[in-house]
Amino acid sequence: MKIQQISLFAENKPGHIAAPVRLLAREGIDIRSMYLADTQQYGILRMIVSDWQKAARVLEAQEFVVKVTEVLAVEVPDRPGGLADVLVALDGTGINIEYMYGFPYLCGGRAILIFRFADPDAAIAYLQKAGINVLASNELLKR
Amino acid sequence: MNAILETEVTGCHPASAPDYTPTEQLRELQLRRLQAVVARAWQQVELFRARMEERGLAPQDIHSPEEIAKLPFTEKGDLRDTYPFGLFASPMKDVVRLHVSSGTTGKPIVVAYTKEDLDVWTSVMVRCFAGCGLHQGDIVQNAYGYGLFTGGLGAHYGAEALGATVVPTSGGNADRQIMLMKDFGVTAICCTPTYFLHLIDRAAELGVDMKELPLRAGIFGAEPWTESMRRHIENSSRVEAFDIYGLSEIIGPGVACECRRHQGLHIFEDRFFPEIVDPISGAPLPDGTEGELVLTTLSKQAMPMIRYRTRDITMLLPGRCECGRTLRRMGRIGRRSDDMLIIRGVNVFPSQVESALLEIEGTLPHYQIILTREQGLDQMEVQIEVTPHMFNDKIGALQGLHQRLQGALDHVLGIRVRVALVEAHTIERSQGKAKRVIDRRTS
Repeated sequence: MKIQQISLFAENKPGHIAAPVRLLAREGIDIRSMYLADTQQYGILRMIVSDWQKAARVLEAQEFVVKVTEVLAVEVPDRPGGLADVLVALDGTGINIEYMYGFPYLCGGRAILIFRFADPDAAIAYLQKAGINVLASNELLKR
Repeated sequence: MNAILETEVTGCHPASAPDYTPTEQLRELQLRRLQAVVARAWQQVELFRARMEERGLAPQDIHSPEEIAKLPFTEKGDLRDTYPFGLFASPMKDVVRLHVSSGTTGKPIVVAYTKEDLDVWTSVMVRCFAGCGLHQGDIVQNAYGYGLFTGGLGAHYGAEALGATVVPTSGGNADRQIMLMKDFGVTAICCTPTYFLHLIDRAAELGVDMKELPLRAGIFGAEPWTESMRRHIENSSRVEAFDIYGLSEIIGPGVACECRRHQGLHIFEDRFFPEIVDPISGAPLPDGTEGELVLTTLSKQAMPMIRYRTRDITMLLPGRCECGRTLRRMGRIGRRSDDMLIIRGVNVFPSQVESALLEIEGTLPHYQIILTREQGLDQMEVQIEVTPHMFNDKIGALQGLHQRLQGALDHVLGIRVRVALVEAHTIERSQGKAKRVIDRRTS
């Protein structure tokens, strides 16, 4: 159920995202979704890629500072209240969302959201109990 | 005001009399005081006695000032190793003041003064000011930091004893400095030269013309500065710029100061015995040869220093100054024999940065110190390469790390630094080693 996300440290300067992205392109690794969290000085590039192990390997070989973290891919209907249903399912459970971002495309009228939880296993249990679809890695990459 | 501006006579203050001691008499005085201070150090301070005994020396073995070269050196590390009171030669009941300055590993050094030591300190500061042509009637703005740093209080009591009116502004708040300078008709200022450059710039922004102010003398020290800075200061204001030298270990400011001839700094030789030595071998070097300045305090009670290695590179200038003082002069301090950085007058060592980083991270990331000068003030940036160990995918965690590093560096260095987290391998390395300090401060 858990998806491996690649994070990269990048200084907030022109051109600093281009280098790792070009490297992934050269290696034939597809970026399925990405999100840049930034401060004035630096940013964190978070990516869901077609082959996270290879991505981590090639990036590290080029001495990028990489971190692999487990996130959840949650499928929600593309309609008002779609996200709200997910949040309601977690309401009162004490589960904290560290951050979240979306996939850039819809699939059959459904959106995919990436969540980073402090406790992903507990989150999976609560979401599934509420009938919310948490995608496995192979399901996500098929779409 | 005119009476003040006309002053050309130097050394008119009675306190300046020793500046003109005939050389032979001065050497006799130095020998007598040297013998006394060596005896005191030998009797009262275990470290000095042990080192002399190692060399089979007793205090009575010093028969001439030149024989000082037989004595062992004292180094900054000795002050650190004996922290806090190990080099005191007076019981605490006789110590009336302690000052603290930063050491090489983040541990400070402590210096002590008896009442008599403070009187001597004040007297040499009076001689500095008198040599700069200041006297009663002058209004002296003292923008050296007050507190543990010796600069503030040293200049303060000297200017008061001179009979001048002291405005103890301490450092910072440029707008208020300029307002008081203007409103009070301040005639002299004491501060770091870079801070005065900042005041010049700020005054221009505020529409205050420095050249219209009665400010006519600046006593600049606590950091090395250059002739080009002097020219800039003197062209932008009516200030005559004087270089003053001192260090806490010896007394604070007031070890040496320029006179109005501006041809080197007169060392108050009746109080401090100067030598120049080869920084590597420690062998004495003749006047006119550049080397490391070594100083011995000739009348310090609470904390005598015997052959203290200042790490400052300079030379003793041959010949007599045209001003008539018999005191020998030393050249400007241009550089130091170790890697100490002077940032806004505060001593900073790269090793302090390392110890702070180690403390936070457990391992030492690649880092670089970048020094720049902005608005006349030194700025220090510490760039730290983010390691996989430090990196986290959460912004909050990185910001927390950033703050911890910032806090640790501020704490250890005692000055505000800028911390920048940079990508791995962005700090340039030559022969595999990163250059630790990039100094972009221009004079």
